[in-house]
Amino acid sequence: MKTAPKLLLTSSPFLKQQEDTPAVMRQVIYALIPALIAAIYFFGISALLVIVASVFGAVGTEWVFNISTKKKFNSLKDYTALLTGILLAMTLPPGIPLWMAFLGGVVAIALGKLIFGGTGSNIFNPALVGRAFLQSSFPVAITTWSPYADFNSFMMFRGNTFTIPFVKANTDAVTAATPLAQMKFDGKLTETQNLFFGSSAGSLGETTALLLLLGGVYLTVRNYINWRIPTGIFIAVFLFASGLQLIDAEKFASPMFHLFSGGLMLGAIFMATDPVSSPITHKGCWIFGLGIGFLVVLIRTFGGLPEGVMYAILLMNSVTPLLNSVTQPRIYGAAK
Amino acid sequence: MLSFLSNTLKTFRHGIHPGDYKDLTRNLSIERLPFSEELTIPLSQHLGAPSKCIVKVGDEVKRGQIIAKPSGFVSIGQHAPMSGTVKSIEMRHHPNGKMVESVIIKKDLFSPQTFYNEHAMDWENLSADELISLIQHGGFVGLGGAAFPTHVKLKTPEGKNARFLIVNGVECEPYLTSDHRVMLEQSEDIFLGIRILLKILGAEKFYIGIENNKQDAIDFLGENIPEDMNGEVVALQTKYPQGAEKMLIEAVLKREVPSGKLPIDVEVVVQNSGTIAGIGMMFRFGQPLIERVVTITGPGIENPANLLVPIGTPLTDVLEHCGGLKENTRQVLFGGPMMGAPQSDLDVPILKGTSGILCLTDEEVTIKEEFPCIRCLRCVDACPVYLNPSRLGALAKTREYEGMLDFHIMDCVECGSCSYVCPSNIPLVQRFRVSKALLREQQAKQKKAG
Repeated sequence: MKTAPKLLLTSSPFLKQQEDTPAVMRQVIYALIPALIAAIYFFGISALLVIVASVFGAVGTEWVFNISTKKKFNSLKDYTALLTGILLAMTLPPGIPLWMAFLGGVVAIALGKLIFGGTGSNIFNPALVGRAFLQSSFPVAITTWSPYADFNSFMMFRGNTFTIPFVKANTDAVTAATPLAQMKFDGKLTETQNLFFGSSAGSLGETTALLLLLGGVYLTVRNYINWRIPTGIFIAVFLFASGLQLIDAEKFASPMFHLFSGGLMLGAIFMATDPVSSPITHKGCWIFGLGIGFLVVLIRTFGGLPEGVMYAILLMNSVTPLLNSVTQPRIYGAAK
Repeated sequence: MLSFLSNTLKTFRHGIHPGDYKDLTRNLSIERLPFSEELTIPLSQHLGAPSKCIVKVGDEVKRGQIIAKPSGFVSIGQHAPMSGTVKSIEMRHHPNGKMVESVIIKKDLFSPQTFYNEHAMDWENLSADELISLIQHGGFVGLGGAAFPTHVKLKTPEGKNARFLIVNGVECEPYLTSDHRVMLEQSEDIFLGIRILLKILGAEKFYIGIENNKQDAIDFLGENIPEDMNGEVVALQTKYPQGAEKMLIEAVLKREVPSGKLPIDVEVVVQNSGTIAGIGMMFRFGQPLIERVVTITGPGIENPANLLVPIGTPLTDVLEHCGGLKENTRQVLFGGPMMGAPQSDLDVPILKGTSGILCLTDEEVTIKEEFPCIRCLRCVDACPVYLNPSRLGALAKTREYEGMLDFHIMDCVECGSCSYVCPSNIPLVQRFRVSKALLREQQAKQKKAG
């Protein structure tokens, strides 16, 4: 033998699948890009600024936390903060004051994730924690919707983008009701077609069911999300809404309307499937998805708010630990 | 997730698809390695009690002559793999990292190294017990890697019935091709071995399970099953760890071995194809287990090969024969990349259970940064025994070993599928091995105390 090499002792396996957690997170972000572009197309520069502000809030908070705790592990590297920032922005109306979007990002990371111990330890979806905080603190700003427009008015700010923190928001902005609000408060239904292609008012990620679905199909095929969760949500929404329609077709919205309006697609595909806060068993994922779908229709139809996706997901997030412990699969060779 | 649409071949549930690296050696015929100057025969190269040495220093031994006897039922005989003199009997490095008492045989320079033998064995007129004893004294262990004494599995316990023999030709470890070559080159021995085992077991049918990345072996053995034998070759979807007994039984027969039980409890006995070929060979020529086929492969070796290696040959001689290690070689493993054991010392001997030598370079050996568990479910989907590695990993990290028992840690087969798929690079199976060892220790202590 020429020279004995310096041999390294580690433990098997010595093969490793190439894709790591940051790569998975990046893929989810890529899947969001078409819907993000559509949001900017429909809502112009305001939408872009909201995204930037929210991402700054989220990533900045994680960065400050990393620096101040002098952790060896740099948690920005896993891209979860970036993803949280983007997801939060997609739940916000395009005209929301930027400082609120920023604050939402801060809260999403600080109270949604870091106080639980960082990535992997949080119980709730961080983006939705940020959104819940904004909804409870600034209920008016977060329900002031601007109408969609075409690309010609790209540079037009929608409403209160630049208001100074804690000063009463301008009220002279052009506002519009979302399809869900129209349904709830005026009994008016938006055409499913408009919901599907995105020409309706709403949050950044609420308007384009088609692009969100495409992203979902991509993530499912590449095995980045658990398809059981969105499928469960769709089934429950469809069945519950159909049941209500059978009772009174005048009073209750159609299942198709429920499926394609509001934050349902965004929530079902990108938020409920957050691996950290969803169950770790297949049976648990089914129950989780069905539960969310049921709650969405329940809150939308009988609750005080037009939208229910956020609360439905957060509520089911809180059930996740229970689902995990009661749905442990039968191990190989155990009695059936 | 949609793989079930494209593949209708049999397999088990869950598992992983590591890359295929068998092209390095799959078409290389088995080649005999010249005898080394000195062989080291550890008295323990199998699970169970070490063999009892019956030669002393200075004795002359002939190739194939017995040098150690079984010391109990779960123990085997050992033989001189070459003619020579017993130079010493001393503690030597074993590939498992420990020091083990070994017989060192120095080569007789003038011996033609022909096999010391009486005759072929008249197996048809021997009883099952006599055949089992011959296999035990012939030194047979599972050649797939675990090295469990073969005869122990052939002794059907009272009240149990072995209806099926499954020949394990799966070879699911990436890189390894020794079983593949044996199936292509030693079919006569394999079929004779099967006949003998069927007689011992009184089994009615045999299956040869082979993954479809060895289509030539599937075709070849399938076409050559003797007409008077009741058996078939079962083509299996390529998947890891299908070579694990329980997974193979599930793939072939759709039977599940109950937790804590053995294959015989579902009327099955599984034996590795190489082992069966060895048994066939013994009954044809009287040659006990003194050599085996080893795949020497990996990016770190100059000339990969499938070699017929005398047991006890120093690893250095084997590597040298293959052109030596490349400069950037960083790891040398006994076994495949999924379950193999890394070596720190290249002077260790080739054992009966050594299915392959894998040499990995700097490029393959990258230590990856660990990220927090995001509970992505990939390990849950990979685990062939349906454990929850994510949960177990969290418990192991916080050293809640007792709690791991509730999540069936003792059913873990340590195949490493969870570690393979984890995108957060968490060393799951590595932690489970440590946890299981600690728990076993604890249980032993409690037994002693109470």
